[in-house]
Amino acid sequence: MCGIAGMVDREGSRPPRRDELARMIACVEHRGPDGFGLRLDPPAGLAHARLSIIDIAGGSQPLANEDGSVWITYNGEVYNYVELRPLLEAKGHRFRTRSDTEVLVHAYEEWGDAFVERCNGNFALALWDAPRRRLLLARDRLGIRPLYWAEHDGRLLFASEIKALFAAGLPARIDPVGLDQCFVLWTTFAPRTVAAGVNELPPGHLLVVDEGRPPRVVRYWDVPAPPPADALITDERRAAAELRALLEDSVLLRLRADVPVGAYLSGGLDSTAATALVRAITDTPLETYSVAFADREYDERAEQELAVRALGTRHHQVEVTYEDIASAFPRVVELAEKPMLRTAPVPLYLLAQLVRSHGTKVVLTGEGADEVFGGYDIFKETKIRQWWARRPESRMRPALLRRLYPFAPGANDRAVAFFEAFYREGIERPDDPAFSHRPTWRNGARNRAFYGVALAAAVTAHDPQEEALAVLGPALAGRSPLARAEYLEFKLFLAGHLLASQGDRMSLGHGVEGRYPFLDYRIVEFGQRLHPSLKLRGLAEKWLLRRAVADLLPAPVLERRKRPYTAPNVRSFLAGPGREMAEEMLSPAALADHGLFDPARVAGLTAKAFAGRPLGERENMAFVGILSAQLLARAWRRGAGGELAADAARFPLRELADETAAARQAPARDAERTGPR
Amino acid sequence: MSVRDEIEQFIRENFIFGEVALAPETSFVEGGILDSTSVLELVSFLEERFGIGVEPDEINLENMDSLSRVEAYVLRKQAVAKA
Repeated sequence: MCGIAGMVDREGSRPPRRDELARMIACVEHRGPDGFGLRLDPPAGLAHARLSIIDIAGGSQPLANEDGSVWITYNGEVYNYVELRPLLEAKGHRFRTRSDTEVLVHAYEEWGDAFVERCNGNFALALWDAPRRRLLLARDRLGIRPLYWAEHDGRLLFASEIKALFAAGLPARIDPVGLDQCFVLWTTFAPRTVAAGVNELPPGHLLVVDEGRPPRVVRYWDVPAPPPADALITDERRAAAELRALLEDSVLLRLRADVPVGAYLSGGLDSTAATALVRAITDTPLETYSVAFADREYDERAEQELAVRALGTRHHQVEVTYEDIASAFPRVVELAEKPMLRTAPVPLYLLAQLVRSHGTKVVLTGEGADEVFGGYDIFKETKIRQWWARRPESRMRPALLRRLYPFAPGANDRAVAFFEAFYREGIERPDDPAFSHRPTWRNGARNRAFYGVALAAAVTAHDPQEEALAVLGPALAGRSPLARAEYLEFKLFLAGHLLASQGDRMSLGHGVEGRYPFLDYRIVEFGQRLHPSLKLRGLAEKWLLRRAVADLLPAPVLERRKRPYTAPNVRSFLAGPGREMAEEMLSPAALADHGLFDPARVAGLTAKAFAGRPLGERENMAFVGILSAQLLARAWRRGAGGELAADAARFPLRELADETAAARQAPARDAERTGPR
Repeated sequence: MSVRDEIEQFIRENFIFGEVALAPETSFVEGGILDSTSVLELVSFLEERFGIGVEPDEINLENMDSLSRVEAYVLRKQAVAKA
């Protein structure tokens, strides 16, 4: 896995400089500490930080085609490069390496921008087509790898992480609207980010930068809408067999690496299934990794040990304490580059550290199964609320929600009326495209009360809920309530949070690449063709997935109800250095300094928290959200004040590999090549 | 301080954390002021401060969802206790 960065001088006045590219790539060194390279070809400059996984000897980047006219800097893995390569060789393309990177260069030459449609994997890449003076950025279908871009001072800048854009001179400023999206929707919503002027290239999109034309964002893939009801897959036995074959192929593809592949094993159905599939189709020893919590309320050690025993892996565990969470939190926020309402990403960061300490660079994980196969509680909740909406006066229908969340405050205690009132939100509008998400979003929006005057004024004309619907609405229109809820989860929580703040950023914070067998696009497309009863059977989740892997899993895992992954939130910051850090960042002076939140209000919240009084779910979200926003604002201010430049000095400007680049450029144009450009 | 003022002060200091207009009829649920965690805090406060016993089935929106409803509920309970 890797980090990429680069720029194009659009006005011919400020060609990229070597030291600028070096500064940019130094900011994402954690993503690829094994080697650096850059390619200066004015008006373009590409840079690359490498984590060596495939073709360790030959895969250095940036890398060019036969005649050095097309260059690529690329983060990701296109697993089917093995299958694509002979197609390209048959067309006359000549290869110098065994890398998947080189396949992409030739695939672009052969098939143009449409080459991405043939790629199965995760990627964020930039191609510089020198003869056409054209830059192409591309991002994988589901947004596993990040890619940001900005226009600044006549240049188009791009990078894997926003901090690298700041290093190229873009001022580091918080975008209030992006910040607001995080509080309401739990994440920004592409193209917007929390950094003013910075665009996230949405998953499944290209950015085409032709000379003399404005950049164009072009979609090449989306989560498909389910077919009409009579075309949905209903035959359970056949569907389970088909899914099993797909899963085995997906896992096999994701074992392609020249380094050992490990697996995360949380003890839940998804990661255990992914691990079990590896065990079923290979005989290599497998290292697995998991998070345990010192706070037993969050701990799943017993479940993990059961899975480990059944699957016979060599297992490693990191036990996470409150103090661990608090002390890693500032770095986690700096890596995530957006506020977070929960601390759940932190243990994943610590887990990646554990993985790396054992020398493993690649792990399979279970993300995506909940979105594809109907795993989330929000899907069940939607089903119940839709049923409730047909008879809003019913007392029995909302009571089902208490069965769904038996441990939630109010579910089985005296406050049940208030518990149910939460889910009543939007019940009178069952046709609302965002019906499923209104209680969650509305709850988030209530924390806008903590905004200071300036932030409140800046977002007053924006409603994140309506802005998300303005973009996603057309795709939601033809879908059932369950399919709508799934689509929103794919587009917001998965792409914006799980794969980003909790995924890519955390694992690559320690140079570990996550691979997601359930997010093979063929499996996502298959999932969209399933009849809803093959996902949620009554209120039993992931019905078909359980059947597809039934022979591989121990019965307790197979029968276990989903337990959402969470980590201790406010309670991580109530003692020791963590509390000191939180008290400092949430002090009236620090709040006034960044000018985002209302110091008096926050003081009320922190007084309550630090007194050890119980906080509700929303107050926990406010505390963690405000703390993370403060940490982000501080990190970016330091960056803007020159700390990023200092960072570049901390990673000494290595002899970047453009000598090698020059050497690679040398081979004459391949006369035998017949493929069209 | 009147019963209503005391309730309002408690709500402000513990759930709103600020000087926002709070009309007597403002719904605590609609306004995001009370949820299933915080309503139990309110109940503890009412029991301790006003010496009333709150029955489980009295924790409902009719009794707890606005300043004036909580006030009316407390006065009613106190009247019953005295009677």
